[in-house]
Amino acid sequence: MFVSLTAICAVAAASLATVNELTSAPIAAMKKQKLENAIKIVVPAFDNSPTEEAYFVASANGDSIKIYPATKDGKLVGNAIESSSMLGYSGEIKIIIGFDVEGKIVDYAVLQHAETPGLGDKMQAWFRSDKNNQNILGRDLSTGLLKLNKDGGDVDAITAATISSRAFIEAVNKAYLVQSGSSDAFSGATVDADSAATSAY
Amino acid sequence: MSNKKILTDGIIKNNPVFVLLLGMCPALGTTSSAVNGLAMGLATTLVLICSNVVISMLKNFIPDQVRIPGFVVVIATFVTLVQMCMEAYIPALYDSLGLFIPLIVVNCIVLGRAEAFAAKNGVFSSSLDGISIGLGFTLALTLLGMFREFLGTGKLFDFAIYPEQYGSLIFVLAPGAFIALGFLIAIVNKLKN
Repeated sequence: MFVSLTAICAVAAASLATVNELTSAPIAAMKKQKLENAIKIVVPAFDNSPTEEAYFVASANGDSIKIYPATKDGKLVGNAIESSSMLGYSGEIKIIIGFDVEGKIVDYAVLQHAETPGLGDKMQAWFRSDKNNQNILGRDLSTGLLKLNKDGGDVDAITAATISSRAFIEAVNKAYLVQSGSSDAFSGATVDADSAATSAY
Repeated sequence: MSNKKILTDGIIKNNPVFVLLLGMCPALGTTSSAVNGLAMGLATTLVLICSNVVISMLKNFIPDQVRIPGFVVVIATFVTLVQMCMEAYIPALYDSLGLFIPLIVVNCIVLGRAEAFAAKNGVFSSSLDGISIGLGFTLALTLLGMFREFLGTGKLFDFAIYPEQYGSLIFVLAPGAFIALGFLIAIVNKLKN
């Protein structure tokens, strides 16, 4: 009885280890590729390797947030920031969002989410389509953080998915605060913006 | 039992979802679209065939007292292999199904066939049984997925049939899964009689 069960487990462990060895390289390569594609979308054209120059910055509430700087000819052209929010309807929402040097949103990509299909999961397309006040691309956050229209702001929430939208906007604001906090130009405004962000949620 | 009977039984007469009502968790959870249902069905079929073959080979080696743990280890191994291969080579599919793949381990169809069929029959008929039950499961999941996707989003296999805003979202969500499954079972029962 013990012999047979032990033998089965040993064979199972050996085959799992082998396949893990074989697939771990393609899996890692695939994840890196996916991240690099996302970075290419969200920042202006660059000629460095943002994934290798990435660094961490602590956000206001102590999370460490990863920043991928994009430079061209040695000059910073934008930052791609990996941000997340736990305020969503189900689980963590992870996004990557790019800002140019002036603090304007270039583009974003949703990396991971478990929002309701048909409602919250529309965020990948919603906040970039030019309908009413949905579009957040090109917005300049140095004049004020993003806020949903339901919270007194000017961004239209996804129909029937306010919670998901709010979480998404929180992740965007978090990313902006980190990026503006890391460059001295905005240091004066950061404190105010921080407290505004915490009181809004 | 003839080979032909084994092959057709799992698809129609003993269809795991519509007749035996086994494996409801993946059947309801993954069928929000036809493609997801099809992929989940095929992944389960692959695991089912592999585990049936291995268990029918091991049936004399595993003592009766520990057969369930033995079966579960074999099944879990195959599921993990499928998951790793899928993540490495079909990432797009893994993105939409990743969460549900580990659930195949506790899918009672797989354990049920190991216990009821593979532990009593030879390698060849066990693999046939795996194919047949697997295809039956795939067929059921794809049908359910098509039904829900069509009513919920107006698409069929991601191909738009009518504008999305006329779809009723409830069919994409959990309650719609139960409703759609109930109607499909009713139709199958009607056709069978």
